[in-house]
Amino acid sequence: MAKYILKRILYMIPTLFVISIISFAIIQLPPGDFLTSYVATLRQQGEDIDATAIKALEEQYGLNQPIYVQYGKWMRNILLYGDFGLSFEWRRPVKDLIWERIGLTVFISLLTILVTWIISIPAAVYVATHQYSFLDYLISFISFVGLGTPGFLIALVYLWIMLSVFGVNAAGLFSEQYINAPWNWDKIVDMMSRIWAPVLILALDNTAGIIRTVRANLLDELNKPYVETARAKGLKERILIWKYPVRVALNPFFSTVGWTLAALVSGETLVAVVLNIQTSGPLLLRALTSQDMYLAGAFVLLLSALTVLGTLISDILLAIADPRIRLEG
Amino acid sequence: MEDTRPLLLEVEDLKTYMFLDEGTVHAVDGASFSVRRGETLGIVGESGCGKSITARSIMRIVRKPGKIVNGKILWHRTPPSPGNLGQTLDLTTLPEQGEEMRNIRGGEIAMVFQEPMSSLSPVHTIGNQIMEVIMLHQKVSKQEAREKTLLMLNQVGMPQPSRIIDRYPHQLSGGMRQRAMIAMALSCHPDLLIADEPTTALDVTTEAQILSLMRRLQEELGMAIMFITHNLGVVAQMTERVIVMYMGRVVEDASVDDLFYDPKHPYTQALLRSIPRMGSKALGEHTRLASIKGTVPDPFNLPKGCPFHPRCEHAMPGICNVIDPGVTQVGPNHTTRCHLYGDPSQVIPLESKTPASSVA
Ligand SMILES: Nc1ncnc2c1ncn2[C@@H]1O[C@H](COP(=O)(O)OP(=O)(O)OP(=O)(O)O)[C@@H](O)[C@H]1O
Ligand SMILES: [Mg+2]
Repeated sequence: MAKYILKRILYMIPTLFVISIISFAIIQLPPGDFLTSYVATLRQQGEDIDATAIKALEEQYGLNQPIYVQYGKWMRNILLYGDFGLSFEWRRPVKDLIWERIGLTVFISLLTILVTWIISIPAAVYVATHQYSFLDYLISFISFVGLGTPGFLIALVYLWIMLSVFGVNAAGLFSEQYINAPWNWDKIVDMMSRIWAPVLILALDNTAGIIRTVRANLLDELNKPYVETARAKGLKERILIWKYPVRVALNPFFSTVGWTLAALVSGETLVAVVLNIQTSGPLLLRALTSQDMYLAGAFVLLLSALTVLGTLISDILLAIADPRIRLEG
Repeated sequence: MEDTRPLLLEVEDLKTYMFLDEGTVHAVDGASFSVRRGETLGIVGESGCGKSITARSIMRIVRKPGKIVNGKILWHRTPPSPGNLGQTLDLTTLPEQGEEMRNIRGGEIAMVFQEPMSSLSPVHTIGNQIMEVIMLHQKVSKQEAREKTLLMLNQVGMPQPSRIIDRYPHQLSGGMRQRAMIAMALSCHPDLLIADEPTTALDVTTEAQILSLMRRLQEELGMAIMFITHNLGVVAQMTERVIVMYMGRVVEDASVDDLFYDPKHPYTQALLRSIPRMGSKALGEHTRLASIKGTVPDPFNLPKGCPFHPRCEHAMPGICNVIDPGVTQVGPNHTTRCHLYGDPSQVIPLESKTPASSVA
């Protein structure tokens, strides 16, 4: 087992290397760079900027060097100093901007996964064991609707209802007095009282899919002979369903934690924009549209690294859950 | 020869139907037979004749869309003794999920299935799965259950029980898995073991080992066995008495000797003819009972009269295609359901058929 994990961690290194190159390439790809658009904006506003000033700015940001040198510098600073460069737009170090947001993103994502599972797995088990019952149809109907309704729409509807019915501004993760306050117990309590809405909205987005997949998996497993063996032992039906077929039907799910994380991080963007939540999504979106390259690069890199890490975690979970995997590792 | 062992199980006019959208399948359609304590009963018949559904009905684990719609399954829990009538339960009247039925299931009647690979959970150890049934039916601690499991694994001839107990099924060979299944089924010392084609998925050598293991265990533990199989060779080796099933009913019930040397029902005769040679070689092979003239009728359009008449060489027009034959006594402890052996005008209606218990 330890060997398996070590091997998987070693495999991560080349993957991360490729990711770092891609992250860097992505931000270099669009024509023009931040400076060009910055200069264009300044000119539009009637400010006069001469060639030497532009040159000086290029020098300052290292934009005149060959790409591989820029990449090398970027990586070295990240690895040695945790320095992701400067955000052109915010004129602040990238690392000051991202950590809180990435932390919040991971927290919301994990909470969402947890809530998703707590809702969808029992629902899926019920639906699979009560095929063609009224609740089966009802849950299937709801999950079809959920599958077809984008989360940001639900978020909008939620905001509108809160505002028009209760007169509450539900946007944002914090009440006004806490927005810029340092972290303390009251701020956490305030956040927890508001966080359930985005978490539920994000979870609903995913439950539909999970219910359908688990239901299908479980319907397959329910007809396997080992379930009949368990039944022939004299076990109570509910106990045996959870111990045997559900257990096996959930195995594939451990392997999806990785990309569920990735999907959440991106799917969360729109909901977060709508609900005005300061997670990474909105900031990444903005960085990409304004070509704030170091900020965007840092996000792409960290979120991809998170996904790779998530995949590792899910593989380890799967290996623990399914004894058939271990030997092959 | 009179069999004096007390009755253990009596199945009377059992009907288990499958209610499908396309129609109703009469999977078991009026089957009657009995098993005595310590006896080995063979059940043979073509694929789809209802052997497995009969077994599941007895265990009360028939799944939707199946349902027992008629009949009795009498379970003689304790044998009668002087001054004591014994305890008899009709399993069809017990709630499927009720405590009594769950105690019987796995504790008093246990079952071994055909596929040793898929019949064990892939994500639990052998030990976990065997200990579970022990702790379910006996008041023992986890430690005691583990010791009992080790003893049981030893008894079924498992090599290195103390290592195997923590292994997962995929780490064992087919024969070892079937030994584990048998250990699991017998760990609570059931009175009846239902073995549903326990060796069909195994190679010939392993099959021989498992069969001799089952005979040895029966001598040691004294349980009755219902041995379901396609293989008449296995029937000859393993059983004392055989019932032949056709389309959900018992068409012949005889001792092994009578069945092989004096088969009465044309279906049984055809079955026996379908074995190439009753020599020693054929005995070990998996002889699928498929080479009988014609095919099993469409389950949704049952023929009128005797269900076998469209395929029967001796079918008597005007009788066999009109009247459903009742049970006829053709010898001591030998019955069949065929018009050739009785006056069809005096067919015993099923309802007043002499119950097996008073025949003895
Ligand atoms: N779940 C089910 N749904 C519909 N029909 C079923 C189901 N299970 C069994 N049947 C039908 O019931 C009949 C009896 O099936 P059963 O499994 O008892 O046959 P069998 O004698 O055990 O056959 P085999 O030798 O192939 O195991 C068959 O016609 C089968 O098609
Ligand atoms: Mg069968």
